Amino acid sequence: MSHKHIFARAAVIAALLLIRSTIADVLPDNRADVFYSKYSGGGMDITGYSATARAKITENFAVEANYFVDKISGASIDVLSQASTIKDERKQKSGTLEYLHDKTTYTASYISSVERDYISETASFSLSQSMFGDLTTLTLGFADTHNTVGENNGTADAPNVAWVGHALSRAYSGGLSQIITKNFIAGVNVQVITDAGYLANPYRSIRYLVSTDVNPKGYALASQVYPDTHTSTAVQVQAKYYLPYRAAVTALYRYYTDTWGVVGNTYELDYTHPIRDKWIFEGRVRYYKQSAASFYSDLFPFADSQNFTARDQNLAALDNTTIGAKVTYAFLPDGWRIFKRGTVTADVSRIRFNYLDFRNIKDFGLPQYEPGDEPLYQFSATVYQLYLSMYF
Amino acid sequence: MRPRPILLIATLSGALLLCSACSIQPWVKPYERDRLADPIMAWDRDAISNAYMDHIRESREGSRGATGGAGGGCGCN
Repeated sequence: MSHKHIFARAAVIAALLLIRSTIADVLPDNRADVFYSKYSGGGMDITGYSATARAKITENFAVEANYFVDKISGASIDVLSQASTIKDERKQKSGTLEYLHDKTTYTASYISSVERDYISETASFSLSQSMFGDLTTLTLGFADTHNTVGENNGTADAPNVAWVGHALSRAYSGGLSQIITKNFIAGVNVQVITDAGYLANPYRSIRYLVSTDVNPKGYALASQVYPDTHTSTAVQVQAKYYLPYRAAVTALYRYYTDTWGVVGNTYELDYTHPIRDKWIFEGRVRYYKQSAASFYSDLFPFADSQNFTARDQNLAALDNTTIGAKVTYAFLPDGWRIFKRGTVTADVSRIRFNYLDFRNIKDFGLPQYEPGDEPLYQFSATVYQLYLSMYF
Repeated sequence: MRPRPILLIATLSGALLLCSACSIQPWVKPYERDRLADPIMAWDRDAISNAYMDHIRESREGSRGATGGAGGGCGCN
């Protein structure tokens, strides 16, 4: 047991960090992944390709690099209602350094994400500490993000991007994972994120009532006005149990609240069932529900009716349900050349989105439906993922 | 009567110091962790896939953060 330093009135977490044992931990195996994904739903098609490699330079030091490309095409409900389409590409690069010292893993990473109308850069640092004979793992993290937000005033094929603002974001996180019994592990994560700057989506508009003499639709569109600051707090509790036969169930619950008045609740249940050492099957069900932001409305009574206005469907009251299945096949159990083993995984999720106060103004309107009486918007999306992981 | 915060902090600190002085013995021994070390018990078996699904959700929901998990049954972070 290493020395224990005693600080009078030390904070509980600081005191916990001092209790260390001498058994050294190890960094995860070297691994290379290629990843393909496809999202289809709500008028959008997004195809993603990714490659990741992580390697231990020494027993205590590892590096990881990831490259991700998303190709986006189609038109979501908001741009459809303004009769234009989207075609864009997002390129994300990230690099991570991991250093293990005794029972502590230090991680530093940098992520850069570039679209033609959005640039995001994130630097983050975290440390993870095992303690109490490795029954407990405490993680603390910090991330700093700088976003540059643009708006394409041209078309999908001939873009003309005007940069409209910047946003800064800081995320503080803490997590605790605890072995309860030889079959049961539980954890809690907390994350507080603060944002400042231009926080609206420039492509989304509010609508307000006007006379049909002014606009035959009975409403007019205007820019959203968001507060310049936003702070959110999320707490997630999760538990995993190894069943009497070789299978595991995971349950999680997340509570979310923010200074814009959104309150979200997430529930998820997963079941994982391996067959021998070759196959792992997983099924999951997730339900999410949120209340609307305090300055959200589907239809404002008149222009500039309040200081802050939003009609972004992410801030509407909504719920969604996900049903998903995943299968992993392990091959090369005896290794091949530099590889120790490999896995290939296929994953499909079906998500049903129901908006409780966001109406479908693209497909419905006068004379059949008065403004504010259009049917609520809803859609289903399917997410496919296919990836190959090689361990070496 | 509500306990005073200073008393609560002192009690917690005292309990912690007592624990550290007598050194907590792991109640699940390393040789009893074979089930916890099984890949099916990992919080984050496929980190890239989980990050991708988080990105999909955060683009469509008001909520964000506090997902994932660190640490696991094998005591290898």
